Amino acid sequence: MTMQFIRHTKTRGTRRFLTLAAVAASVALVAGGCAAGNDAGTGTAAEGDLSITFIPKQLNNPYTDVVLGGGKDGATAGGFAATEVVGPLEASASSQVSFINAETQAGTSVIVIAANDPDAVGPALEEARAAGAKIVAFDSDTNPDYRDVFISQVVAKDVALIQIKLLAEQIGGSGEIAILSATANATNQNEWIKFIEEELASNPEYAEISLVAKVYGDDDDTKSFQEAQGLLQAYPNLKGIISPTTVGIAATARYLSTSNYKGTVALTGLGLPNEMRPFVKDGTVTAFALWDPAQLGYVAAFAGKALANGTITGAEGDTFDAGDLGKREVGADGIVIVGPPTTFNADNIDDYDF
Amino acid sequence: MSNPPTELLPTATNKSGTRSAGAPTARGRTGIARILLGRDTVIIYALVVFIIYAALFIPRFASPVSTGFLLLDVIPALLIALPMTLIIITGEIDLSVASIAGLTSALMGVLWAAGLDIGLVLIVSLLAGVLAGAFNGLLVAVLGLPSLAVTIGTLALFRGLALVVIGDNAVANFPPPLTSFFTSKLGGTGIPTVMIGVVLVAIIFGVVLHLTPFGRGLFALGYSKEAAIFVGIKVVRAKFWLYVASGSVSALAGIYWTLRYSSARSDNASGLELTVIAAVLLGGVSIFGGKGSIPGAIAGVLLIGTINFTLRLGRISDVVLIIVTGTLLIASVVAPSIIDGITKWLHTRRHRRTLPQASASGATRATASGVQEGK
Repeated sequence: MTMQFIRHTKTRGTRRFLTLAAVAASVALVAGGCAAGNDAGTGTAAEGDLSITFIPKQLNNPYTDVVLGGGKDGATAGGFAATEVVGPLEASASSQVSFINAETQAGTSVIVIAANDPDAVGPALEEARAAGAKIVAFDSDTNPDYRDVFISQVVAKDVALIQIKLLAEQIGGSGEIAILSATANATNQNEWIKFIEEELASNPEYAEISLVAKVYGDDDDTKSFQEAQGLLQAYPNLKGIISPTTVGIAATARYLSTSNYKGTVALTGLGLPNEMRPFVKDGTVTAFALWDPAQLGYVAAFAGKALANGTITGAEGDTFDAGDLGKREVGADGIVIVGPPTTFNADNIDDYDF
Repeated sequence: MSNPPTELLPTATNKSGTRSAGAPTARGRTGIARILLGRDTVIIYALVVFIIYAALFIPRFASPVSTGFLLLDVIPALLIALPMTLIIITGEIDLSVASIAGLTSALMGVLWAAGLDIGLVLIVSLLAGVLAGAFNGLLVAVLGLPSLAVTIGTLALFRGLALVVIGDNAVANFPPPLTSFFTSKLGGTGIPTVMIGVVLVAIIFGVVLHLTPFGRGLFALGYSKEAAIFVGIKVVRAKFWLYVASGSVSALAGIYWTLRYSSARSDNASGLELTVIAAVLLGGVSIFGGKGSIPGAIAGVLLIGTINFTLRLGRISDVVLIIVTGTLLIASVVAPSIIDGITKWLHTRRHRRTLPQASASGATRATASGVQEGK
């Protein structure tokens, strides 16, 4: 009996031990992954050179990938010893904060960020600056208090005006239009929408055009697709849609191209040539606009370099060398403009690959 | 830490039924041994092992800065995990917690923007959480509707209300002394000041669950609602107050979230409910109810939090992060079942082998079921 009892005790003990072992094994697996990833980080940091980290709004977004591609080229050309890209999987307001914190801890010299929320990232960026990092905002600005410079693709107003101009041409200057944007809080989209609304109200050429709805696809393909579908059901007289986001315009184009609205409801906005090519070729979309996103990342990397070297401080009138793109000047409020937007149509779309 | 006494019953009778009543070691483990080898304790070991590992091998991990950033990140999940543990122990669930936090955040933003005193804003926001919890409690406890269905409904409802309240706007201009208090640290330790409050809340929930008759009642409730009613546990009242507690703590998490990020928005804390439930289950709380502990749940939250933190420190993509969290959760749920299965198989096999001796020594009763199966 005693033997029997000891056996039980042992078995239960063993069971617990095995559970512990199983959990420990999973943890070790994770830890192994960590260690492997980390070796690279320390290897480069040890050289004592400048490091740069890009924090986009979210990872795995085709537009962001092009921007980041340009950023990496710029960082290499600019002479950064280490280039990293980290970021959240979903573009929510607070999701970027822990990534900024990790970079602060890593002692990164330049943090390049596209803010999901201009204020939520503020305190974390202040801490990073206190630790010696230079902050470059790109694509979507933070509150100006929290960054050194903001790299803007284009003058916001130009982007707004080219979109409304393209759409006005496509719908013949009158009728109901709608806007399908990214998230409701997206800084840049909201700024463009504001300019579009002002232009519609003030420019007599657009007097016959009425903006009937603004909907948000949250830069999510499925949601944007459904919002596009909903728009056309809710507004049967809709003549055109402006989608100032690459995810939104691609999803809307996909919906239009498979519906009987194809060719009758106009669509324009900001899109990636590679994603929009089939819709331009099949007649769903006549023309849309965008800048070269790679240049945005490229200039951001050079601005970061100039800040880290102390060449510029981000004050108005500072100029810095942006590699192949020549010189760029810091304007009012620390804003650096990359270049004018390009219009893509059936004639020129094959010349671009991004 | 202590497990409910009921857990002892099946094993005690099955495995050592012949032991005389006078033998207190009937199950083989009491007191410290039982605490040291409990299922929830295993996750605490895992946490300690992982922290030691990270401190030794992950560059930059071993510093007060880590403690600060890590704790600031996990506080919302840590808070909500406390009432969630109690609710899951009673065999129910609350999926609306993150939405309540979002609603609180939205409300805070609107009230503050409207010019109310910040103290009043905090009180009203907290009350909103209490009401939201009471609404859940009314539907689940009083009307007896299934908590899964009810809280999926309120998950959408409260998030929707948050959008109605604040719309597409974000409010960011909270008083700087308050927001900096929420990210301030205790001296050079790196421990955020708000942790004092979190620890207090944790102690309250720990004491209620493990050291009061009410807490015992919750375990009993998780095992069998009918039996709990028969022994005089006020089931409706207990569940109702648990949902109120859950709503209130979620509101606290929402307030923290808003002030920590200085941003009141309708989408704050979205998806947090799943992180919390995953961490609580990892911490040894049984989704079927009746089992679990506050220290285990806290360890679960901290383990997931620490792993996330080290992966970010190592700049490993979030894709790896969610895969790891998922795998860990599945491993923690599946491993005990597999081990149970193996143990049972070994047990049966051993009894078959030892059958002659067992009968000879008159232990037939002890292994009655095993013997019959053997024949």
